[in-house]
Amino acid sequence: MQTPDQVLNPVNHNHSGPAPGLMRWLLTTNHKDIGSLYLLFSLLMLLIGGSMALVIRAELFQPGLQLVRPEFFNQMTTMHGLIMVFGAVMPAFVGLANWMIPMMVGAPDMALPRMNNWSFWILPFAFSMMLSTLFMEGGAPNFGWTFYAPLSTTYAPPSVTYFIFAVHMMGISSIMGAINIIATILNLRAPGMTMMKLPLFVWTWLITAFLLIAVMPVLAGVVTMMLMDIHFGTSFFDAAGGGDPVLFQHVFWFFGHPEVYIMILPAFGIVSQIIPTFARKRLFGYVSMVWATSSIAILSFIVWAHHMFTVGLPLAGEMFFMFSTMLIAVPTGVKVFNWVATMFRGSMTFETPMLFSIAFVVLFTIGGLSGLMLAIAPADFQYHDTYFVVAHFHYVLVPGALFAIMAGVYYWLPKWSGHYYDETLGKVHFWLSFVGVNLTFFPMHFIGLAGMPRRIPDYALQFADFNMVASIGAFIFGFSQLLFVYNLIRCARGGERADARVWEAAEGLEWTLPSPAPYHTFSEPPAIDQPMPQGGR
Amino acid sequence: MRLTIAATCLSLGCFSEGVAAEWRLNLQPGISEISRSVFDLHMLIFYICVAIAVVVFGVMLWSIIYHRKSKGAQAQHFHESTLVEIIWTLIPFVILIAMAFPASKTLIEMYDTRDSELTVQITGYQWKWRYQYVGEELDFFSVLSTPAEQISNQQPKGEHYLLEVDKPLVLPANRKVRFLLTSNDVIHSWWLPALAVKKDAIPGFINEAWAQPQQPGLYRGQCAELCGKDHGFMPIVVEVLAETEFDLWLAAAKAVKSDAAQAAQRAWTLEALLARGESVYKLQCAGCHQAEGTGIAGVFPALKDSPLILTDREGHIRTVLHGKPGTSMQAFAKQLDSVDLAAVITYERNAWGNNSGDSVSPQEIQTLLRP
Repeated sequence: MQTPDQVLNPVNHNHSGPAPGLMRWLLTTNHKDIGSLYLLFSLLMLLIGGSMALVIRAELFQPGLQLVRPEFFNQMTTMHGLIMVFGAVMPAFVGLANWMIPMMVGAPDMALPRMNNWSFWILPFAFSMMLSTLFMEGGAPNFGWTFYAPLSTTYAPPSVTYFIFAVHMMGISSIMGAINIIATILNLRAPGMTMMKLPLFVWTWLITAFLLIAVMPVLAGVVTMMLMDIHFGTSFFDAAGGGDPVLFQHVFWFFGHPEVYIMILPAFGIVSQIIPTFARKRLFGYVSMVWATSSIAILSFIVWAHHMFTVGLPLAGEMFFMFSTMLIAVPTGVKVFNWVATMFRGSMTFETPMLFSIAFVVLFTIGGLSGLMLAIAPADFQYHDTYFVVAHFHYVLVPGALFAIMAGVYYWLPKWSGHYYDETLGKVHFWLSFVGVNLTFFPMHFIGLAGMPRRIPDYALQFADFNMVASIGAFIFGFSQLLFVYNLIRCARGGERADARVWEAAEGLEWTLPSPAPYHTFSEPPAIDQPMPQGGR
Repeated sequence: MRLTIAATCLSLGCFSEGVAAEWRLNLQPGISEISRSVFDLHMLIFYICVAIAVVVFGVMLWSIIYHRKSKGAQAQHFHESTLVEIIWTLIPFVILIAMAFPASKTLIEMYDTRDSELTVQITGYQWKWRYQYVGEELDFFSVLSTPAEQISNQQPKGEHYLLEVDKPLVLPANRKVRFLLTSNDVIHSWWLPALAVKKDAIPGFINEAWAQPQQPGLYRGQCAELCGKDHGFMPIVVEVLAETEFDLWLAAAKAVKSDAAQAAQRAWTLEALLARGESVYKLQCAGCHQAEGTGIAGVFPALKDSPLILTDREGHIRTVLHGKPGTSMQAFAKQLDSVDLAAVITYERNAWGNNSGDSVSPQEIQTLLRP
């Protein structure tokens, strides 16, 4: 039995369509299939990690312990952080990279398709193992997503070993994903697609992939040292045996700070694609965008100890990390100014991807400015480990990374499915998310400054009002994501047909392909005729 | 009602300092010169951030309102300008350098721990603080005093819910006090916002900080580093006394300590030990082993029907006195006096149906602890 497609293309009949059934997804080496798998996995993790956030916010709705015990509360904060960072945000970016990078550079697929399959299929096992710890005796990891020793070694629940193994698997998956992306971008560009013609999403991912290769082994190293301390009698992080608990923090944050940029650089790339399309104007300062992204990546290796201003660093160390951290504001500022200059004197329309992108620029900037405040070491002594920090990093991760992912999904969804999503529903989803996010995280600045430490299950009465506001916001934000899921399902099943261009002013190779994009694309390299750098129009 | 006001206040985005003080929106200026310069730094960088935000978001809003397609706006074609890029690289750079000077000055002052008049060693324990006045032979633990019934919502919550302790750290006003911080188990962080002191207490290492409080009164803070289950339940309370009052307090506190030594020599009845043991148990043990002695499966062993307590009296006493290395069980010989130790061990041996009927005397504990 031949499909109509095979009848039309008899020469290609072995390669033209996916295998039927479950085996298609298990064995696939197709970048579009793997991209979809990554994105669906990430959505599932977003909903699981989000539910945990709602458990946290429900407990914090009022002072007193109502719903959960402190030990379970700590498991929730830990698992929420780990799942959102490693399960939701990072796989979503890899999913978008899988789908879009080959189409953007004119490649037929990723450079290493079998490894691509493997790097995805590791993830469900890693996260099943991590989630299974919730049902173990002694409970899931409860030491925070930063798992500082010795709380995570000598004083950890037995499930910590499963956590370590899960982190190793995630690390292997990320490193393989990064190698694949670098190989694709450097080797599979269509003739004429020079580096300085690459769309910014591709550029930011190239730089992110190098960051991943540089720091995921460091994470693997630090969890291995934990494993040795727990099971094999070493004392890396135990002062009684000649080790140093602060060493843990140095190694962790040497991974952790670049990790923060791993979660935001691809977001920069996505909004740099979307804003020019809906402003109908080329991206302002393409070259400076590439340089700014590279500078941020390089600086990210020399700022790690700003997470550790209170551990008792020597004065010189404190000064060095304060100044280097402040320096990051410069390239980040350049990026924000460039986006604003792209909108300035454009001809803007406000479809859902653009709404999410504009909200990204505004709210990410708020998160960046509170980051600048946190860089001032003497002031950080007051902010450190309070809700001010929680507000700061949620502003850069939720309306930052997550909004950019949603913007990207709405932007490319018609290309993937061949249908437009429901625009009204998209806008309702945006506005509910926007209000919910701000209601949740803005008051956290106030309760942090007023003195509420982070990671506490119960709090003093003076923090009660704003905690209640934050919890209400969290439930609005959380449940409005169901609209997103509904919109995705509807769009996958049908809707208004999209043409190849999809958006009036969309520019780039992916928009020269039909919508939905065929299973195999650019088997023949496309001709690159644009004389000017891309990154939009 | 308060909620409505808070929400309105939030939606209007008002951040004037008057409102900030009333609704606790902002840092407190604190009670030392250092804490006030930290507050000034905070406000300075905050206003700089607001100014940047107003300019950037202003231009953006202008574009969103006037350069929209529905208003017939035509897209211009400019897309790069090296001059503009250089300008908006340099301006932030200059602002940052201007910011770095006052920040460094305050930081250098905060690191100058010389010439202190009093040294207090602060040790973090899961989940309490220990204060030792170095050279003064005064040493006590400071434990949360909010009743468990308030936390579990069976009683109305008091004014200082979760921010109250049995014995606050007492400091003299206008004297430079040096803090030496360390920990007995995991990393804690000692934070008193009114003094702008936050320093990690790290096992095996000693950190330094200092403060010179200027205004007598009671000031409250909390542990700032996740340190396990009851991280949210180890507050810090500091009472600042005028200098003469502080000297009187110090003398009196040392006298109380010698009274305690005498109490250990008295004979104690089982009932007296049980009564005292119950209150010690609630403060020191119930956090992990739970008020009913049930523990938490897989993490903290149950004491009710515990084979150790029921069959091995020596082992029970040894565990309480010396702890269990490599676990959360601390060595209480260093934390409690012999009366409290005897009382709590006796209580554990008789409560929740353990009913061994025997009692442990303070003198027996003292004999065991004698080198």
